[in-house]
Order: sequence, then C-alpha cells, then structure tokens
Amino acid sequence: MAERASGAVIDCDIHNAPASEAALHAYLPASWRERRAATARLDAVWESQRETLGDRSYLGSEYPRATPRAARTDAWPPNGGPPASNLPFLREQLLDRYGVEYGVLTPMLGAGEQLDHESGAALATAINEWQIAEWLDPEPRLRASINVAYEDADLAAAEIHRVADDGRFAQVLLLIRTAEPLGRRKYWRLYEAALEHDLPVGIHFGGWGRGPITSAGYGSFYIEDTVGMATAFQEQVTSMVCEGIFQRFPELKIVLIEGGIAWLAPLMWRLDRAWKQLRAEIPHVDRLPSEIIREHFWVTTQPIEEPPRRQDWPALLEQIGMNDRIMFATDYPHWDFDAPDRALPSFVDADVRQAIMSENARALYRFDA
Amino acid sequence: MTEPLIDCEVQAVVQSIETLEPFLSSHWREVIATTQFKGPTDTPYPPALPTSRRPGLDDVDDRPPGATLASIRTQALDPLGTELGILTCAYGVESVRNPDAAAAIASAINDWLAADFLEPEARLRASISVPAQPAMAAEEIARVGADPRFVQVYLPVRSALPYGNRVWLPLLDAAVEHDLPLALHFGGSPGLPPTASGWPTYYVEEYADMATAFQSQLTSLIAEGAFDRFPGLRVVLAGSGFAWLPAWTWRFDKVWRGLRREVPWNTRSPSETVRDQVRVTLQPVDGPADPAALLTVIEQLGSDELLMFSSDFPRGHAEEGLDALPAGMPPDLRRAILSGNARAFYPRLGAGADG
Repeated sequence: MAERASGAVIDCDIHNAPASEAALHAYLPASWRERRAATARLDAVWESQRETLGDRSYLGSEYPRATPRAARTDAWPPNGGPPASNLPFLREQLLDRYGVEYGVLTPMLGAGEQLDHESGAALATAINEWQIAEWLDPEPRLRASINVAYEDADLAAAEIHRVADDGRFAQVLLLIRTAEPLGRRKYWRLYEAALEHDLPVGIHFGGWGRGPITSAGYGSFYIEDTVGMATAFQEQVTSMVCEGIFQRFPELKIVLIEGGIAWLAPLMWRLDRAWKQLRAEIPHVDRLPSEIIREHFWVTTQPIEEPPRRQDWPALLEQIGMNDRIMFATDYPHWDFDAPDRALPSFVDADVRQAIMSENARALYRFDA
Repeated sequence: MTEPLIDCEVQAVVQSIETLEPFLSSHWREVIATTQFKGPTDTPYPPALPTSRRPGLDDVDDRPPGATLASIRTQALDPLGTELGILTCAYGVESVRNPDAAAAIASAINDWLAADFLEPEARLRASISVPAQPAMAAEEIARVGADPRFVQVYLPVRSALPYGNRVWLPLLDAAVEHDLPLALHFGGSPGLPPTASGWPTYYVEEYADMATAFQSQLTSLIAEGAFDRFPGLRVVLAGSGFAWLPAWTWRFDKVWRGLRREVPWNTRSPSETVRDQVRVTLQPVDGPADPAALLTVIEQLGSDELLMFSSDFPRGHAEEGLDALPAGMPPDLRRAILSGNARAFYPRLGAGADG
C-alpha cells in the first residue's frame, strides 16, 4: 500500500464544464428541454456560469473576475470550447501531466441556485447524466459529484436516490453560500439521503445566498469575494456544529472544498470558548465543537494559505490537528490552480505529504473499495 | 509593582432611553413620551448571558454594571489600577431607521458620556457614537471632535455596506481630519443577516460569527484603498478576537499577489497595511486555552505592536483582567500590550497618558 501510494496524487476539485449550453441541454429531461431553451438568457456567452445557465437565479452580485471564466489562460482547449470542457485536453493538461490517480469532478453549473427549484432539479439531473456519459464512462480515473437543487431538500434527496447507486459518484455537491445556514432543518433531508447511500456531502467555494455576500454588506471587488469566501465557510461550520446535525446524523461527513484550511484552527478555538460560555442555549451540542469538527469535516487544500515563516507551516498543521482530513486539490482549470508538485512546501513531512496528496481522499471516498 | 495600564475598551451601558433624555431635544423627548418609541432595542449583548455580563458582577446603586460612573470606577478602573480607560457604547444607534432620531441619539450618547463620565473622571476617554448615515456621521464627528477626550469613532462591525465602500468617504474624511481612529466594534444591527448564508438559529452562532464581520470589514477597507487614500487612517478592531488574523493575512496576502491588478492602489501587502494602520484589542481572547499555544498565536500575528489591552468590561470571558494575558509572555511584549501600543497608536492618548 505504502509503496503504491508513494507519490500518488488524488485531485479533489476539478471543474469540468459542458462545451456549450446545448451540450448540456441534450441531457435535460424532455419536459424541460423546451422550457429551458426558451428562457436561458445568454446561450452563446460563457462570461459566467451563472449567466450562462441561470434561468432565474440570485442576481445583484457581479464582480469582474481575474480572467474569463476565472480560468488559467492556458486552459482553453486548442480545438475550441471553454476550459475543462474537452476530456482529451484535460487528460493532457492535468491527469497525465501530473499522474493524477483519481480526480473528483465538481462542475459548478448553477443547479442549486435556481429560484425555480424544479428547474434546478431538472438541471441537476442533466448535469449528472452528462457527467456519466461524457466523463465517467470514457475516463476511469474520474469520479463525480452529484449535483442537486439543494435549496429544496426533497428534490435534492430524490436526485441523490436516483443516481447514487452508480458508485462513481463520490459525494453530493453544494456551494458554500446558501439561502440559509446549512445546519438548519430545511437541509436535513438532503443529509439523510446522502447518508442512506453512505456519501459525504461536499460543499464548494461559491454560490449566492439571498443577501450580501458578507455579514458587513457587499464588497466592491472580486478580491473581496475571493478572500471573503473563507468567512462563508466559517459561518457554515458554525451553523452545522451549533444546530447539532452531527448528533442527529452521527455518520455525516462534510468535505469543505476550496475554502482553504488555516481558518479552521481559530474557528475551533473560538467555538470551543463560545460553547463553554453559552452552551445552555445549545444543550444538544454535547461536546467541544473542535472534537465535532475534527470528527466530521474534511477539507481540501487549494487555495492553501501560505504562512511566510517556515516554522508556521508545521505550527499550522498542528494547530488544525486534522492531518488525516486534509486532501489535495488543484481547482483546475481556474486561475488560482495549485500544481501537485508545488502546492505543499518541500519541508512538509513525507508521511503528512502523502496523506494530504492522496491517502486521505482515498480513505474518505473509498476509491479502492 | 504597578504596570502602566491603558484599558482600550470599557463599555458604558445605556440602560434605557431615559438615561439619555436630559441630552435629547424637547422634540425627541416628546416623541418618546407620546409614542412607543423607546430608542434602539436591538443589542449584541442580551443582558442575561454570561458573555454580556460577567458572572459575579453586582449591580451598583441598583443599576447594572457599566450603567454608571460609580460602576465604571469601582468595577472597571480601580481593580486593575487603570491609568486610562476608553469608553465605548454599543447602544444600537444603527438600528434606528429614522436618520434624525439616530443622529439625535448618537449626539445624546456623546453628550452623556462627556457630562457623566469624562467630566468627573480624569482617567476616562471616550468613543464618538455616530449614526449610520455617512454625512450625518461626519457632522457628529465635527461637532464633538474638538474635545480631545474623545479619542476614536465607534462603528458597529456589522453594517449594511462595508466601511471601505466609497459611500462612507465623508465619515473616513472627518475621522482622519480629526486624527481619530475608527473603532470597529463587536455587534451591529444593519437588518441584514450576520452570515453570507442567511440568519442563524442561535445567538451563540451570531457571537462566533462576529469574527467574520471583522474579516470582511478589514478586507473591504484594504481592497478599497482606504489606507492608501488616507495614510493617517487608523483602525482599531474592538471585541474582535485576534486568533483569526494570521490565517486571514496568509490568505489575503496570497490572493493579493494573484489579483493585485484589480486593486492597484494597494502598494503594500495586506499584512503590511495591518501592521502599519490597524490595532486589535485583547478581549475577547479567542485563541487556544493553553498559554503556550496562545503565545504561539500571538507570535503569528507578526508584530508586537498589534495588540492593545482591553478588559471589555462588563462583558464576560474565560479569563478576566490581567489573567487574559498568557503566562510566559516576554516582558517587553507585555508592556507593549498593556499600555505602549495604545499610547503609540492613539494620537490623542499620548499627552494625557504622560500626565
């Protein structure tokens, strides 16, 4: 095991995309195909996924981004289509180049953000069928995430039940900014469905709630959107812990994707202190929040925070105390891509490095089972 | 041996609007008398919680801790031997939608603090309360800013728009012109959710989530170039905790290297800007319980100049007063936190502090 795993790379965050709106629509349930075609606003424009696929979504937060589609400028396939829409080019640029053993697809195509939840559910079905036909079937190194209309837990559960028997789906996928904090009851049936199929719930950078993107109002710049995403992660962990969902669902596993990792330690300190003083309000939370977090959460690396002083790297990992829960991710094809051979500094211990680069994900997602 | 001590946060508590009536115009007194308007009722400190009122603190003259000068003297200043204490007042002015009422209440708070606290007690300084309308806030700063005993402008950390947003420029302008740091403070009632994902169920979430509001404000003030536009701008994070700051700077510095084209006015990295123009009060300490581990976090702040002592009286914490400083702290750092950093940072503290 150790020998085979040495140098192995598992990438937990790959943003594949359809070549065009039409390419995805082919997988829509027939009843929705016509309706979507009539309302999709910007068929040919791939400026942002939300605009491209959003029939009616949350509006009012447009930030000009670093690059078109927030992608690496070299990630546009030479034979056309948007970044990460072409499997041969994705193999060449990512899977083959870095020897990626498994890659987890995390397409972000707006299914969860539709104001019309049934439309979102139809879109989720199309995304999942498209993943099976165009990615999982032709490429055995890939695994996928079940897209769901997560603001309606019943519709989300139905989609989970529909596709979860396909073992190549590694997790259910949500975005971190949701309409309500994710500990609240409206999401519980989604968690129940994931657990029925023994699937982790992955929650990814992005999304629009129903109000300002921070608790201090809307920022003005993309850099605030990007830096600020870590605040949404902190708030969601706080909600899930304080609502007691892990007492209700003791087997629930949450993967936080593209949130970074460094904020976990101060969040755990803060929550532990708050719990000691204010636990009378949440008697269902029966132990230290840090214990709950270390038991139920996994995190992916990119965009990993970079302490400038060397001694802060081991200190940071020790402060977090989750070396068995940190999983490598590239975020391909986005501009802030972390390369497998460069993301972790050279002085991270070999054992820890291997756990992060592949083995933690292998164990969580049971890739060899 | 007594160590010089500057307490950068002592909270004056408005028990009810009656406290402020002597400082309100006849118009607003009449409104209060003839309507059900009782002033702000939102509070970030529900009165019975152990985080809001330190367990073991008694009423003084039948008034709650922080409501009277007698309380501040006997419960906050005397026990610590405080040389100077800076009053803040988290009365929720920003929750009052009528801008004239909000401005009147903010002025009343400032006049109450001056008359009932600053006048009779030479050890006290105060923070200027302002309404959440930028131009009216600037007017209030101009009205009381000449009084050197007001040493900073109080702003609730939760706001409808972050303070870096250019709508706030009149306020920033006025603060810088009067050499007054902005003190962003725990709490705020903008009527918008305290998370990016809506309203949480429990107060304990709101309490913990306050750290993200501080992160967002700091991100905004830096990204918008407020610190570049106003080299004299100083910002104090009060009641924010500080353990989140290293993780936040590591993230922001990295993202800034990738995205700085968008904010070309940021000629320094975010962490450098913080070191130059931002300070953080001590309480509530939000780091690890173990003193050695807490010292590591303080070291990760990257500067001995960032932390300034605060008791956060009458709020309750795991450790109170000087016990909040971890054992084993280097003496120079301890002195800096207890008084040196505040003296160096507040333009208006130096003279008074030296006597």
